Amino acid sequence: MPSDPPSHPPSHPLEARHVLEFPGGYTRSTGPVIGRFLTELRDRRIVGVRTAGARVLVPPLEYDPDTGEAVTGEYVEVGPAGTVQAWAWVSAPRPAHPLDRPFAWATIRLDGADTALVHAVDAGGPKAMRPGMRVRPRWRDRTSGTITDIECFVPEVTMITAPIRTEYRVRPGAALTRFLERIGDGVLLGGRCAGCDQVYVPYRTSCPACGALIEEEREVADTGTVTTFAINNLPDPRAPEVPFVSAYILLDGADIPMIALVGGIPAHEVRQGMRVRAVWVPPEERTMSMADIRWFAPTGEPDADLSAGTPGGGA
Amino acid sequence: MGERCAVIGVGQTRYTTKRLDVSIAGLVREAAQRALDDAGLTFADIDAVVVGKAPDLFEGVMMPEAYLADALGGAGKPVMRVHTAGSVGGSTALVGASLIQGGVHDRVLVVAFEKQSESNATWALSTHLPFGASLVVGAGGYFAPHIREYMRRSGAPDHIGALVAVKDRRNALKNPYAHLRIPGIDRAMVESTPMLWEPIRYLETCPSSDGACAIVLASEKAVTGTPAWIHGAAMRSEPLARAGRETVSPQAGKDCAADVYRQAGISDPRRDIDVAEVYVPFSWYEPMWLENLGFAPENEGWKLTEAGSTALDGDIPWNPSGGVLSSNPIGASGLIRFAEAALQVRGMAGEHQVEGAATALGHAYGGGAQFFAMWIVSNRKP
Repeated sequence: MPSDPPSHPPSHPLEARHVLEFPGGYTRSTGPVIGRFLTELRDRRIVGVRTAGARVLVPPLEYDPDTGEAVTGEYVEVGPAGTVQAWAWVSAPRPAHPLDRPFAWATIRLDGADTALVHAVDAGGPKAMRPGMRVRPRWRDRTSGTITDIECFVPEVTMITAPIRTEYRVRPGAALTRFLERIGDGVLLGGRCAGCDQVYVPYRTSCPACGALIEEEREVADTGTVTTFAINNLPDPRAPEVPFVSAYILLDGADIPMIALVGGIPAHEVRQGMRVRAVWVPPEERTMSMADIRWFAPTGEPDADLSAGTPGGGA
Repeated sequence: MGERCAVIGVGQTRYTTKRLDVSIAGLVREAAQRALDDAGLTFADIDAVVVGKAPDLFEGVMMPEAYLADALGGAGKPVMRVHTAGSVGGSTALVGASLIQGGVHDRVLVVAFEKQSESNATWALSTHLPFGASLVVGAGGYFAPHIREYMRRSGAPDHIGALVAVKDRRNALKNPYAHLRIPGIDRAMVESTPMLWEPIRYLETCPSSDGACAIVLASEKAVTGTPAWIHGAAMRSEPLARAGRETVSPQAGKDCAADVYRQAGISDPRRDIDVAEVYVPFSWYEPMWLENLGFAPENEGWKLTEAGSTALDGDIPWNPSGGVLSSNPIGASGLIRFAEAALQVRGMAGEHQVEGAATALGHAYGGGAQFFAMWIVSNRKP
């Protein structure tokens, strides 16, 4: 339960603390109807009482509040689940509140009841609250026959999180190993399919067009032409800072473009046809991965003419 | 093409950002039950079930077809799963149809779904292996350069993409199942939204949706209700990394269209087809696919869009349902195209019905525009 607020020393010389508290608390006789309700609560059941008009009042009263007539002696078990009708968020709970963290006061109509009772809902945050939300009581470990035997109501389970994780040890195959070794040397290695006369980069040992074995290694230049590109404006913690340019770059001597980052130039100045060169990280910082190329930056050469049809253009 | 096959039932869920009120099984059952109701059948009448969805990493449920087999009434029956990336919904319909065309079964339930709210598609599509350089570009970042290249080659004016975005979202207002509803959308609104992956603006891209779509396919002797007859069915694929690959207008798409048109006896798609539901997840893919599918000469697809030919009241309406731009439960998006094509020729498309539609194209593509699936359906028996 929340603790009492610290008692502050009087902030004014003529200010004094004054407490009105009947020693031991007031005693209240419940009468038969409220008494039945509280007795059932102690046994972790919630009951209402039926009116002459056949409505079920929860919490029960000795009378029908609409007509003033006495209720019938019929008690009806309701809930324990119910539906939130309206709510107000309490962001700073006071000491007498049922929870010591932010919660909602809500009117809750329990299943089988025709009226709503007021209770606390422990929902985490106001975004979780909505009229129509389904809740159930959270009972205290020890019950004594008071409304606070229900500590609060809590949302029904509508979502679970499923942590799923697979962990692999990844080892590059022979072709990628060969490519990455040369990346470490500052060289972009390709392979030429003899049948198609096409140079693939990164180096690979099978031709995706004809299926033949690629046996000839072929170094390609670290300069090339931007065939096309996107300017990415959606931030992602795993990606470069936005805006960044992801470009298809046809390296000189290659027949298939590769996707890479373009840097060293404002994003909106990147052009199709722009000539670029790889910016390598210093040899001592290389890790034999594509991260060894920081990005591709403009060479300053005149743009290539794409209208004639660049091999692999627009890939 | 083997035995005759018809769509006799279609069921969809109302597409939305988050269907938090149902499990994955509940979601697919909702679509399946509606398709069965449409056909006047029950699960007991079904011979086999074909399930399609995009990568398992989207929901983190490996082999969801195994989990869903009994939820879809598949106990004791053949159940299989199809996966061809974004085109999977279309491919799933075609695999289902092939079971009937091949004479194996008489009634097949086809269901495709995605519950994108269970994770994040860009995350699921951007799982970078070590040794590469992470750019985390997702689908938008992947397709944006190809759109840019299309714009350069065709000389299309910049506003064509916005026109498609407006047209499809206005159509969506006539479709009770559509996800995005933007009353009053116009070109200025689209053009005022930020560039996500330039040249793709926010309102020129598809939403992330939860949803499922189902169809019931029947052999000729098992037809109940109103059939949409399949006149052509084709799939094609091509390698992603091949020197000289044409990515603006992929050869696999052209080949797939030629095949499906040949089967259906279509010589001029713009003239012979009454309505098309085509996979357009980014607005510029309408003019690009108009060319790839032979509705317009190379570099001139945008002129059809600009002239309003693809509008609901145009001479060749494209995506009267609102298309992928308005609803995108990825794994189901292709099947929705196929199902909407069937609804049109059955005369059951409601407010977005194209009057007198007799022949319709359903189209889907996926991966890096490397997988294609298409069918032609008609209200006439082949």
